[in-house]
Amino acid sequence: MQISAEISDTTNHREQMDIVIIGHVDHGKSTLVGRLLADTGALPQGKLDAVREQCRRNAKPFEYAFLLDALKEEQSQGITIDSARCFFKSARRDYIIIDAPGHLEFLKNMISGAARAEAGLLVIDAHEGVKENSRRHGYLMSLLGIRQIAVCVNKMDLVNFDRAAFESIRAEYSAFLDRVGIRPAAFLPISALNGDNIVTRSAQMPWHDGPTVLDVVDSFVKEPLPVAKPLRMPVQDVYKFTEQGDDRRIIAGRIETGSVAVGDDVVFQPSGKRARVASIEAFNADSPATAEAGQSTGVTLDTQLYVRPGEVMSRLTQPQPRTTTRLRASLFWLSHQPMIQGKRYKLKLASARLPVWLTEVKTVLDASSLESDSQRRQIERHDVAECVLETLKPVACDLAGDIPQLGRFVIIDNYEIAGGGIVLAAEQMSASLADRHVQAREKAWDRSRIASAARSSRYNQRATLVLIAGPAGSGKAALAKRLEEKLFSGGRLAYFLGVSNSLMGINVDMNASGLDDRDEYLRRLGEVSHLFTDAGLILITSVSDLDDDELDIIATLNQPNDMVIVTVGESELSRRKPDLRLPAIGRATGAKADPLDSACLAIQELLQNRRYLPEYYL
Amino acid sequence: MDRLRELESQSVFILREAYREFKQLVMLWSIGKDSTVMLWLARKAFFGHVPFPLMHVDTHHKIPEMIEYRDRFAMQWKLHMIVGQHEAALAAKKTFPDGAATRLQCCAALKTEALKNTLSGVWPRWVLDLQTGQYSRTTGGQPFTGVIVGARADEEGSRSKERYFSPRDKQSEWDVADQPPELWNQFKTDFAPGTHVRIHPLLDWTELNVWEYIERESIPVVSLYFDHGAGRRYRSLGCGPCTKPVESTAKNVREIIEELRGGKFANIAERSGRDQDKEDGYGLETLRRDGYM
Repeated sequence: MQISAEISDTTNHREQMDIVIIGHVDHGKSTLVGRLLADTGALPQGKLDAVREQCRRNAKPFEYAFLLDALKEEQSQGITIDSARCFFKSARRDYIIIDAPGHLEFLKNMISGAARAEAGLLVIDAHEGVKENSRRHGYLMSLLGIRQIAVCVNKMDLVNFDRAAFESIRAEYSAFLDRVGIRPAAFLPISALNGDNIVTRSAQMPWHDGPTVLDVVDSFVKEPLPVAKPLRMPVQDVYKFTEQGDDRRIIAGRIETGSVAVGDDVVFQPSGKRARVASIEAFNADSPATAEAGQSTGVTLDTQLYVRPGEVMSRLTQPQPRTTTRLRASLFWLSHQPMIQGKRYKLKLASARLPVWLTEVKTVLDASSLESDSQRRQIERHDVAECVLETLKPVACDLAGDIPQLGRFVIIDNYEIAGGGIVLAAEQMSASLADRHVQAREKAWDRSRIASAARSSRYNQRATLVLIAGPAGSGKAALAKRLEEKLFSGGRLAYFLGVSNSLMGINVDMNASGLDDRDEYLRRLGEVSHLFTDAGLILITSVSDLDDDELDIIATLNQPNDMVIVTVGESELSRRKPDLRLPAIGRATGAKADPLDSACLAIQELLQNRRYLPEYYL
Repeated sequence: MDRLRELESQSVFILREAYREFKQLVMLWSIGKDSTVMLWLARKAFFGHVPFPLMHVDTHHKIPEMIEYRDRFAMQWKLHMIVGQHEAALAAKKTFPDGAATRLQCCAALKTEALKNTLSGVWPRWVLDLQTGQYSRTTGGQPFTGVIVGARADEEGSRSKERYFSPRDKQSEWDVADQPPELWNQFKTDFAPGTHVRIHPLLDWTELNVWEYIERESIPVVSLYFDHGAGRRYRSLGCGPCTKPVESTAKNVREIIEELRGGKFANIAERSGRDQDKEDGYGLETLRRDGYM
């Protein structure tokens, strides 16, 4: 057993940068990377020889690309399937090179590779010229937010190192990049196969007085961490390890931008809840007084707030993120199934996950030709579209141009990341998705010929939803059932709807759906409540940890019918006020009255006062 | 923020994401330096706690000090420790080199098969009782849907193509050609019933980073990594019969770091002492497609 004794900081403080190599298939990306590794001496001893030997045994000519295409399938097909990562150093800094596949079929892999990068080398074959994916990749770079790009015109040996061939590609491709808002750092004539202008200047192209590939890679600027921007810490989780004897309630997340200090007043969006930072927590280190962009950290607060994963912590004195249910976005689609309107998808934006609907397709852009089509209703695979996405609950975000980390998202369809995009605008809505749905529903409703007043009079009650909210384990369900019994024995038409009854019944598909179950459960609860209350019944149900936005959705979907909200124990509601607050329900003890009965009595009284349970006097 | 802090922050983010999204989550602990760093990162992520079980697949060919080390820290750090093993192959001695099996067959059975069946809960699990320090055999365990693994991209070609969150199908197979996209720190956290996801928090770390972090955080590691005077030490730990020590006089973490930075190992692959990688020319990739870590 050895415990290292030295505590001295030994890390080399060398800078590191992620660079992606992109371009059309067979334009020589992997060869460029292989050559760069070999010529800078970055290969492990024997690796080059091993690949040469493998080629010799298989009677294939040696290629630098084989160094990277280490997987069987790639060697047999001769194309890069996935983004391979490799490491190399220059005198200036360390690099991770991401070799992205150029085949359209593997666009999602190219995007995965490129999204990690801070800069890109775009490779174009001098002989073949600008191809479809040269343009598509250029456009996606701009969407992925990669602004530093150099263009390598490769295989110059195939055009006899002809300057005119190089210049014509330069003219054509710069014009294209200009349209998508990218200004390349350089255009380089190279031959990756022969090593021309990779690490050393090529004797074959004395007319090129610009940098080599290595020079240009070294000239890319590493963006500093966005410490100076307003604080954004998406809440990843809330930890309380009480069973391990730890009473801290830690709000955990990574600070995307800005900084926070102990004592700062913070706001959580979209709930709008406020508190003050009591401490910044750490393990195997002293508790720091501040934390800043890039750090995965955790804070405790001076008050016990119910904060949910998915909210964004910001500072009270700084600009807040936007909260909206309507996002105007630029989006690329990767799934074989097109993105369609009316279908529920899952949105993942920073740490928020919520159901989302495509409600408008403004334009669909052909990413390679940049032709736009405004007549399309859906978004096909490999399309790039400007569209409107809507959620039921508000989401906190920023515009991609302001704070990219909070202005980009992915869309999940059938368990997979099916698309991604950036937020162009957070639009304000006069009517929410739920409101519009209820309006449409009311319009389409096939009305019974019995008026609700007639039902009220026959049933001797006014219909309402009695929604009992509170923390898990606060006795809500037991109370709901007791209330049903009391109302029933008092001659009323009441029905208790339990969570598991509906989960095993109408919602039995949800366990396997892969969508955000809670939000969908509550949406269905709103719709089911509307049916029961429309039938003239008093529907009693309970929901754990209900927040304001969730209550809004249930209330909207239950419209135009009534709802009574009862909270038991601590409530997460802040903007919305309950109709009745009850303390947490304790156990019945022999001496006192059953606490369930007294709670029922309070609810019954409320229902009587609000004339849901009219008393008839002769 | 320096490179180690960047790596630490990303790994912590990934671990928290895994804990948030996977109810049946487990971390594989091979007792080696990488997964021990990963375990340490979990303690960072959860402020001193490890809120999911650790699993070790015991081939019974591990070097004895590794097992002693495992149990000591499992007790000290209050880990929920699960051990899996291939009872049948061990009983029948279908092992290398003392039984009737090649290196790859031995690996496939004692590691891959044992791992898959322990993860799925089909085979028994031996669970450490933190009161008594003893393991007891349990059956009927839930299948794990999220499996945290300490693979690094720089180790070997196939690992350089991994995602942070990498899906495996019902047979634990890895479809290299059809991996999910992964961008902007949004990972594959949704999965169909019956499949599971492997999670790789150390993907971006290099061997050197691992040692630098061990030094910075004073993380205890097995002493087999150090030379005790014979001029040999282990650079990579596995089973006794298939892992050879390397010639080296590095006696502590500092000396290992220096050796890796500028010394004799700067350009020699770490797994060069692992013989099973070499058997069919694609050793590790063959093993990994079938579920090897």
